[in-house]
This record gives sequence, C-alpha cells and structure tokens, in this order.
Amino acid sequence: MSSKPMDQVTWQEIEVGAVLTEPGSARAYNTGDWRSQHPVWTKSRCIRCGVCWTVCPEAGISEEPGGYFDMNTYCKGCGICAKECVTGCISMVPEEE
Amino acid sequence: MAHRVGMEVSIAISHAVQMCRAEAIAAYPITPQTHIVEHLSSMVANGELDAEFVNVESEHSAISTCIGMSATGARTYTATSSQGLALMNEILYIVSALRLPIVMTVANRALSGPLSIWNDHSDIMGARDIGWIQIFVENGQESFDHSVMAFKIAENHKVLLPTIINLDGFILSHVVEAMEFPDQELVDKFLPSYHPRFYLDPDKPVTMGAFAMPEVYTEVKMGHQMALTGAYDYILKVWKEWGDLTGRHYQPVEKYKTEGAKTLLLTMGCLSEVAEVAVDEMREEGLEVGLLKLRMWRPFPFADLRNAVAGAKLLIVCDRALSLGGAAPPVLAEVRSAFYAMRGRPQTASFVVGLGGRDVAPGAFKDIVAQAQEEAQHKPTAEYHIFGVRG
Amino acid sequence: MDKFGYAQSQKFDTYASRLMPREEYFTSGHRSCQGCGEALAVRWVCKAIGKDAIIAHATGCMEIVSSGWPQTAWMHPWLHVAFENTSAVASGIESALKVLHRKGKLKGPMPKVVAMGGDGGTTDIGLQSLSGALERGHNFTYFCWDNEAYMNTGIQRSSSTPYGAMTTTSPPGKLSIGQHTQKKNMTAIAVAHGIPYVATASPSYLFDLYYKVRKAIETPGPAYVHVLSVCPTGWRSATDLSVRLGRLAVETGVFPLFEVVNGKYRLTVEVPKMRPVQDYLKPQGRFRHLREKERDFIQKHTLAQYELLLEKCGAPYPEFPVMTEPEEEKE
Repeated sequence: MSSKPMDQVTWQEIEVGAVLTEPGSARAYNTGDWRSQHPVWTKSRCIRCGVCWTVCPEAGISEEPGGYFDMNTYCKGCGICAKECVTGCISMVPEEE
Repeated sequence: MAHRVGMEVSIAISHAVQMCRAEAIAAYPITPQTHIVEHLSSMVANGELDAEFVNVESEHSAISTCIGMSATGARTYTATSSQGLALMNEILYIVSALRLPIVMTVANRALSGPLSIWNDHSDIMGARDIGWIQIFVENGQESFDHSVMAFKIAENHKVLLPTIINLDGFILSHVVEAMEFPDQELVDKFLPSYHPRFYLDPDKPVTMGAFAMPEVYTEVKMGHQMALTGAYDYILKVWKEWGDLTGRHYQPVEKYKTEGAKTLLLTMGCLSEVAEVAVDEMREEGLEVGLLKLRMWRPFPFADLRNAVAGAKLLIVCDRALSLGGAAPPVLAEVRSAFYAMRGRPQTASFVVGLGGRDVAPGAFKDIVAQAQEEAQHKPTAEYHIFGVRG
Repeated sequence: MDKFGYAQSQKFDTYASRLMPREEYFTSGHRSCQGCGEALAVRWVCKAIGKDAIIAHATGCMEIVSSGWPQTAWMHPWLHVAFENTSAVASGIESALKVLHRKGKLKGPMPKVVAMGGDGGTTDIGLQSLSGALERGHNFTYFCWDNEAYMNTGIQRSSSTPYGAMTTTSPPGKLSIGQHTQKKNMTAIAVAHGIPYVATASPSYLFDLYYKVRKAIETPGPAYVHVLSVCPTGWRSATDLSVRLGRLAVETGVFPLFEVVNGKYRLTVEVPKMRPVQDYLKPQGRFRHLREKERDFIQKHTLAQYELLLEKCGAPYPEFPVMTEPEEEKE
C-alpha cells in the first residue's frame, strides 16, 4: 500500500477491489491525539492485577517491565481504567498543552 | 468429440455451469429462472457436480451469499430474473466494486407492476450501471457458449469482474433447441480452476470492503471503470479462443445482411432471430435493410457500433424496455449518444416492442421499417413509439 | 474458564486478567468514540475467537471506525458488504470453505466463520438474512453488538431501543415519553430457530463473555451471541462509566446474562440481591426525561421479564428490590 497522503493516491495505486493487505494497519493512526485527560498510576498502590488492561476499549494500556501497567500512545482518555481499578490507584489528570 | 444434444435451454445452461465445475451456488427461485437452478440443485444432490448449493431466503441473500463464496475463493454461480434482480440491485454494485468474478444468468423478465412473469428487458435495464460485464444471447447454443466463456473472462486477473449472461425468459429459457456440447476435456483445458487474486485466509488476512473517504472514492471508481472498459480486449480474446476451438465465433456487434443496407435494425437477445426472418423477407422484396445484433452491452462497444453503421442512413433501435418520462428508451439513449460526435451519423428511429411478453412476429419488423422510413422523410411524430399499443 | 467461576461480585477475580491472551486482533488506532463499550466487546470477542477465523461484518459503528481506506484495525480476514446481509455473506463463506475443504484446496485448519453486526443490522434490517442463515444451519457464530439504537447515523431508534429511551427519532415531547415500545427479544427469536447455542454477554463480565465466545465458536452449527455494548455517545453517559453501566444492567435485571444450550436456559451470572432499575437509568441522559410513573413501569416490567427468565433457567429467585418506597440514590 502506498504511504502517500490519501489525497495524492492515483487510481493505479489502489489495489484491486480496494482490498487492504496489511492487517492492523490502523495502528499508524494515533488516537492519543484525541484525549483531554490521561490516566496516571500510583505504583505504590498498584497490585499489577491487569484489570485496567482488560477494560480498555483501545488496547491503550500496555504492561511495562516489572509487571506494572501504563497507558500507550492510543489512550483516548475515557477514564474507564480509573473507574474500574481494583485498588483505586489510577487517577485521571488533564492533558497539558 | 463434441456431441449434438436437444434440450431445454435452461438445462443446457445448468450443464454449462456443471462443465465449468462451479463450486458454490446460492439461488432463490423466481420464474423463469427456476429450471436452471433446479437442475443444478439435482446435479449437486446426485453427486454429478461437487458444489455447495445454498437455498437462500431471498435474492438479496443469494447475491450476498455468492459474495461470501467468491471472496473465500470458490468459483461461484447464480441465476435470477426480474424482481429478483431488482432486489439484488443494492448488492450488485458491491460485487463488482469488490471485483469478485461471480457469473450470473439473468432470464430477462418484465418488472412489476403490474406483475408479469413474461419477457422483456426492463429488469436488466434497471441494472445497467452496476459495473458488471453484460452479454446478451439469442439462442441455446449462445447461452451455453457464453456461460462457459463468462467464467474465463470474469476470473482473469486483469479483468476480475462479475459477468451477467442475459437470455430472454421463457421465449429462450424454456424452449428446446438443438445444441452442440463440447467434451469436458475441452472445457477443462479452456477453463483452468479458479485462482483468486485475494481471498479470505487467516494466514494472509485481508480487509475487503473498506469504506472510502471523498479523497479516494473517485479514484476507486476510476479503477473500476478502467477495468470494465479494459475488459473489452480480453473478452474478444476469449471469444476468439473459443471460436478457434469450436468453430463458433462471436462479435460484440453482429451484422446480418448489412452489405449496402441503407436502413438498419438494431436488436438484442432472441428478438434478433425474428428480425433475421423479417430482414430475409425484406431483402427478397428488394429492400436495402440489414440487422445489427448488439451482443456486448457492458462494456459498451462504441467502436464496433460506429463501424457497423457506417454507410447507413437510418438506424432503427428496437428496445424491450421503457424509460418512463425519460429522454429515450435505454438502448436508444446509449446508441444515439455513441453517435453524437460521429460524422455522417445515421438518423435514428426508436420503437419499443415486446413489453411484458407481447409477441413480436417478423411482420412487426416490416411494419416498423416501413413506418420509420416514412417518418424519416418528415419530422417524426414522437420521440419514440411503443409499437402495437392500442388506443 | 470454569475455574474462574463467573463474576460473582463487581470485581473480576483479581489476578485472572493477567492470564487472558495478550494478542490483539482488533487493534489500536480504530476510531470509536471515547469509552466505547462496543469496541471493548469487539476487542475481547476477537481475542476469544483466535487467529483462525474469518469475519463478515455489517455496516455500522464497528465497521466505520475500523475500516477507513487505507487502514484497517482488523487482524482477521474481514469482509464488509452491506448493512442487512452479513449472515448471508457468512453463509457463503462457510459454504465455500466446506467445498474447498472437500476438494483439498484449503490449506491449514478449517477457519471459524463469524458474522458481526449492530442491533440495527441484526434486529431490524438484517433479521431476515440472519433468520435464513440460522434456519439453514450454517456452522457460524453471529455476534450482535447491541448499543440499543442506530448510533452510527446519529442515535435513531431501533427495535432494540428500550422503553422510555430518548433517541433522535423517539424524542420525548408533550405527546411522547420517548421510545414507547419494548426492546425486541432477539435472543428468544434466535432460540426459536432451534439452534444449538444462544447467549447474552457483556464486556463488563469479561470471563463470562470469553467463555461464551469460545463455546459458541466451538459449537457445530449456528450460534448466536447478543452482546450489550454501552454507548456513552448515544446513552448520554460519562465515558468512564461504560463498564460499570454494563454491570448495572446485569445487577438490575435489565440485561441478564444467560446461555441457551440446545434450548435449555441457564443463568450464567446470578445476582443474589438485585438493585433497583433506577441505579441503571440514573447515569444515562437518555432516560433523564422519565417521570416516576414510567420509571416504576420499567422497574415492574424488568422484574416480570426477569422472573420469566428465572423460570426458564430453573434458577432461584434473588432478593428483589422493594418497589413501594421511593429509591434512595446510591451513587
């Protein structure tokens, strides 16, 4: 698939039937740009259970070395992780400009 | 060795599909397509055709199921008529946009209302712009031959377009004709097994049917248009290959006794055979009348048509469908616009005939020619005539 | 998954989350709204399905947010055709796999066939093709993402919209309380086809969902899974409440979690003490206009439906909320 901006792609460069051949290519789109707040983990209270990872609609939380979890670039800032955290160790803080 | 058979044309088509080793069929019963799918169904039931036959609950689901089949990599066939084609309409555009080489027989029939199970071309004319290859046939042999060739054309990787074979409902689909069947060996050699360009495979996942933003929709459609117009050369190549193998050659626009003809009739489907009889009689009477038979409807054979009318003064287009409230019946509208920029173009006259199963005898064409020639001398009284309408 | 038991409390069995598969099949970068319960459901259903599956998807939210050319959020082979025909498309995929397998043209294991659609694409426009596919007995699993309205087109009512809900085409007004019809019982319709597996599920009960998805796709023949998908945009609820609302739907009896195996109902998440429906309605703006009278009606109707379900399941009656006194707000 061409890496050109969409408005520069010619008809010849589009695959037969506009088929997309690279699975998961949406990862190139950074949904993190949308957020106005993001989760912050207080490690001292984190039991590393991974519930936050399971409840994220974006797969926007990843496991870090040491078994702790943190948001990744796709976090849209919905706050579900903070609400569902078993120990209440996640707080949502406003995005800085 | 090829062998002669006498059978109903619908059954001959099901034999063609069988000889093409179709792997997946989904269909819904609608008159007058039923005999085709009934026979395919029994071939599957008897183990004479190794295919999956899915009895769906509507034509909309028939064509949708065919999409699933074809996208998974199976050689896919279906057949329909009239209301069935109309119900499919939404999905027909998507089949061609996904570039899935499904082959479909349309047993042409009038559209409701009022309900009519009898023949005309209003069903397919409502699906002109679906982006499929569309061929018209006029007899049993052509029905068989074009059904076989359709798979080869559709599945070529430079084409990858679904294909419709149009045959007139009842007056062709239900008649018994003598035909020549090729050997299975010949068909197998002519038509290798289907190798999809893309298919749904967990080991090589693709996304089919992504939506397009305004920035790219036009380019996607352009690719589709180029594929369809570009299919012309390959269609002719396949027709020639088949012709060399069987001795039966086909052209996008067939000419019948056009030498020196000042007046030409233009017909589609099995009306052409009736028109031939009329032309024979008129020629015997000394009239300079010939016949053009439009076989390839999509892609539209512009150049062939322009060449075919060269020298003629009057072209009489016989439509079997109306464009209610429109500028012209569908075939005339296209033919006339094909000529618009042509130097020395013929005058056109338009007659709508044979709606909803109304019989068209050879005498009708003679009347049409007489009326058209008469009117060509003066100002025509109507944009088009509905031939034989009472009142 | 039985060893985890079903989620008996509001919390998951604490560390079980870590045991869940890490591989993502519905990837980041999809463009669902913040806090989309449906995207969460898709994420986990796709994990549970595993790699060897082919997905047919109906037009709708999940199709639109995931497949804008030239990017796709799907790791599975995936096909979108139109709104109302997904089950027919899946029927075709399943049939083609059968014949290709028979002819030795299929490499690798036989993929599972999965169809997915929203509540509009399932309970309204796609009902006929779904019914046809269930009746024919194709070996596939259908997932309905039920966010209870046409969210993709701007929150119009569907036959799955619950009584009283405000949508843009069931607005409350002088002569209207909002949606005036009851939610279509889609699982009962699926059960009526005599198929081997039907279930309700919710991403708020992840292990229950995961278990049911595995069971559904391993069941030979058609399976139907109806997944409640909280939609903050359409339900006018806070984005961080999506998982909690799914749980409240179960705890109030609005959306009970059960499965129907060969026609036999079984409650998979028992609620020992039911909460008043008001706990579920309150955080949602779409019910804000409802008066005491309608809320009462919803409460009564919910419990009546729940009792019918308990009878089918042969499950014990829980402690029902007291209905005569006004409810105290808990949260």
